[in-house]
Amino acid sequence: MKPRQKRVMFILVGIAAVGLAVGLVLNALDKNVSLYFTPTQVFNDEAPHGRSFRIGGLVEEGSVQREADGLTVNFAITDTSKRIPVVYKGILPDLFKEGKGVVAQGTVGPDGIMHADEVLAKHDENYMPPEAKDALEKAAAANAAVESK
Amino acid sequence: MAINWFKYSAPSTFYALAGKLIPWFAVSAAMLFAVGLYIGFFVAPVDYQQGEFYRIIFIHVPASILSMFLYLVMAAYAALGLIFNTRLSAMMATAIAPTGALFAFISLWTGALWGKPMWGAWWVWDARLTSELILLFLYLGYMALHSSIDDPRRADRASALLAIVGSVNVPIIYFSVKWWNTLHQGSTIKFSGTSMHVAMQQAMFITLAACWLYAIAVVLARVRSIILEREHQTKWVAELSEVRT
Repeated sequence: MKPRQKRVMFILVGIAAVGLAVGLVLNALDKNVSLYFTPTQVFNDEAPHGRSFRIGGLVEEGSVQREADGLTVNFAITDTSKRIPVVYKGILPDLFKEGKGVVAQGTVGPDGIMHADEVLAKHDENYMPPEAKDALEKAAAANAAVESK
Repeated sequence: MAINWFKYSAPSTFYALAGKLIPWFAVSAAMLFAVGLYIGFFVAPVDYQQGEFYRIIFIHVPASILSMFLYLVMAAYAALGLIFNTRLSAMMATAIAPTGALFAFISLWTGALWGKPMWGAWWVWDARLTSELILLFLYLGYMALHSSIDDPRRADRASALLAIVGSVNVPIIYFSVKWWNTLHQGSTIKFSGTSMHVAMQQAMFITLAACWLYAIAVVLARVRSIILEREHQTKWVAELSEVRT
């Protein structure tokens, strides 16, 4: 092999080796790299006990209840199969809404309720004007009506 | 018509070529910035969820794309320099680094400004944000390593290795929102298409093109200075009209 080809091999093998090493490390750290656990993972006992962690999912429709003090909020995070009730005292982000994405950090007590000290909103990657959103919803409703007949 | 590309790997010919190209890239970048930002801020409709806040996307997304892509271009030039021992490739790699770092910084900065009102936090340690921060550190590390070695040819080789090893991080940034649970939303621009309204898309692609042209113009200007600095002892530099006067 010419020296130039040797250098090409050296670089290619080097990138492959580093890529493999990083891949294995990230694979081993999988749970630590993810920002939050899903409610199903919490039910399967994959979440840590006795320390703070994050749960992510959707705010369950119809679950948001404000208490009389105006600051404490009760709601439930769902991944459509399991749900975790959450109690949070503080200011919610603007995008916090029923049916929308949310990530809450806190500890889960023995009663299965998460006492959150931080609630973040997670929005999706779709951007459109409100009229387009309305049109989409109307079309979906019309489709559903046709199918149910 | 066959173009002899190797002709332009000589710093003396590339210096002249870059000088001719810079104004074209700079002027078209300025024009596209104006058009893209006008469409983005005044023509594109509000978003159904985020209202006016989403408009920072027209700076945030192009800056993020460029920060990742410029890193790959820089690593490719660094690898070419290592393999073929060409002077110009290594100079191009060093010329790209500051612009890439700038875009990585803009991406993180605008992301924080966007995250606070929408998510409720300036910063979270999720995989997307953390790997982009590592990208900024890789750029800074590359520049620091290069400037810490006095002999430019040895500096080229040492920093080239860092650039090549660091390129592993770019796919991690790109796929982080797929591989792990992150607060950052998924990709809007996918290989299969975009999930965005047409006027918003136009604004984003125009500002993306503007960032591209800006990056090319600035890198060419910087590589011209690097060429002059490194080749100052040669006859062709001494004969340049701008050097003699």
